[in-house]
Amino acid sequence: MAEPRIIIVGAGPSGTRAAQACVAAGLRPIVIDEARRDGGQIYRRQPDNFTRPYAKLYGTEAGRAQVLHETFDGLKGAIDYRPETLVWNIAGGHVWTASGTVQKAMPFDALLLCTGATDRLMPVKGWQFAGAYSLGGAQVALKSQAVSIGHKVVLMGSGPLLYLVASQYVEAGADVAAVLDTSPFSARVKALPDLLAMPSVLWNGVALTRALKRAGVAVHLGVTPVEIMGDAESGVSGIRFRTGSGKEETVRCDAVAIGHHLRPETQLADLARCAFTFDAGTRQWLPERDGDGRSSVAGVYLAGDGAKILGARSAEASGRLAALAALADLGLPVDKGEMTSLRGDVANYAKFARGLARAFPWPSAQAAVLPDDAILCRCEGVTAGDLRGVMRETGAQEANRAKAFSRVGMGRCQGRYCGLAAAELIAAESGVPIEQVGRLRGQAPVKPLPIAIGDET
Amino acid sequence: MSRFVRLGETDRPPITLHVDGAPVAALEGDTLMVALLSAGGTLRQSEFGPEQRAGFCLMGACQDCWVWTESGDRLRACSTLAASGQRIVTSQPGASWPNHV
Repeated sequence: MAEPRIIIVGAGPSGTRAAQACVAAGLRPIVIDEARRDGGQIYRRQPDNFTRPYAKLYGTEAGRAQVLHETFDGLKGAIDYRPETLVWNIAGGHVWTASGTVQKAMPFDALLLCTGATDRLMPVKGWQFAGAYSLGGAQVALKSQAVSIGHKVVLMGSGPLLYLVASQYVEAGADVAAVLDTSPFSARVKALPDLLAMPSVLWNGVALTRALKRAGVAVHLGVTPVEIMGDAESGVSGIRFRTGSGKEETVRCDAVAIGHHLRPETQLADLARCAFTFDAGTRQWLPERDGDGRSSVAGVYLAGDGAKILGARSAEASGRLAALAALADLGLPVDKGEMTSLRGDVANYAKFARGLARAFPWPSAQAAVLPDDAILCRCEGVTAGDLRGVMRETGAQEANRAKAFSRVGMGRCQGRYCGLAAAELIAAESGVPIEQVGRLRGQAPVKPLPIAIGDET
Repeated sequence: MSRFVRLGETDRPPITLHVDGAPVAALEGDTLMVALLSAGGTLRQSEFGPEQRAGFCLMGACQDCWVWTESGDRLRACSTLAASGQRIVTSQPGASWPNHV
């Protein structure tokens, strides 16, 4: 029998651990990654000629980052590694890739989707101005290029990334004008029992907030964003928000990073025809999978934050577990005991992730009160009022129908940054439960392709 | 005025590229986005609104940071390395988008 062909999409924590398991089983998996270097976003590697040490780049996670990178470096001779390659479709039993202007269609016996996550965004009036970035983007700027996104920076939203980015910016010497957290302290107290599933990570989070206080950074909890101030030419000039006690305040700045935890990149699972279910805890539609990572489609496996946001440590465990499941399904011998132990690890990470979702809730109610003149879709400049108007005129109460009429979710980012907020706005405006609004369908190509693309010659 | 602020790693060889015809000094290892926003405030004009744009996600997901080569190839500034001799333009060659201001 020919060696089974395993394709792994993504070279972050889950993709790396999946590849390692396949190599250990004597196989040579294909690892396709969009980035120039491995590591994914969380353990993104700086360019070759940068010299900052691991401790400076990854803080408390430096050891994990280094081990993961060294693992991937050690696998390079044993895998078919294709960096700077986009998987833009999964159809007809093939993975369709584009690298530069060259496209390929590759068949597979097992496909592991380790596609990672992007920031989850709740729009704020003015977020189209130059100088407004995603929180993850602000971190990438520092981690991979050693720059701050501005001269005076405000970080706003919720989730562990908010405090991590803030402390990394302060430590690197950036001027952080304020940290504005939309989640109230009371949510953190309620989440404590679940957060205790990972005491050391919880402690890291507490230490970060203490470090910010020591550095004299203003940290406000339970805020309501009002407006990112700015103008069309020079971009962001400040931010207005209401404090937890309802007082309106303004902070001057030339850059704002916003984000509310993360959302999984599920478009490829969608194109592979995996079934999705609504997850009430995160108010997101997620691809279904069994405890080992098997999707509803035979031969397609899901791991890491691309399946559900459970964090980088969980991604390493679920990547390995999904690969072992794939190997077992292909009839190869696997260590069943290890699979049981990995399942336990993932369950513990899931408990912690549930705590994080409770401590840093998605501020869904903000979509309902987004002013009519606020931009909802950054790509095409569609306002909240435009979408409400379309709903009134057409009666559209379903995400894809509303998209067709309003263009919300049809632009360059394909709904990655407006889709979840648009669904909340539709639900609030129509009185329909969010799960009935549905989800934007994944569309190929999942990212824009060059027009001059062709087969390899 | 620059938008981005360099906080380290400045001991790299300098490079020079051209943006809209003017020379821009950058460092080897910079992405196009960092090169352009360390020298200026924005990357491009929005096609749908009055405002200038300067990218958003920095991880290749939002596509807000497109710039072009003078010959018309589209580049994602956040994931393309800057290089000496590059000739970049910040509006799509040959395209005309009347903005609704």
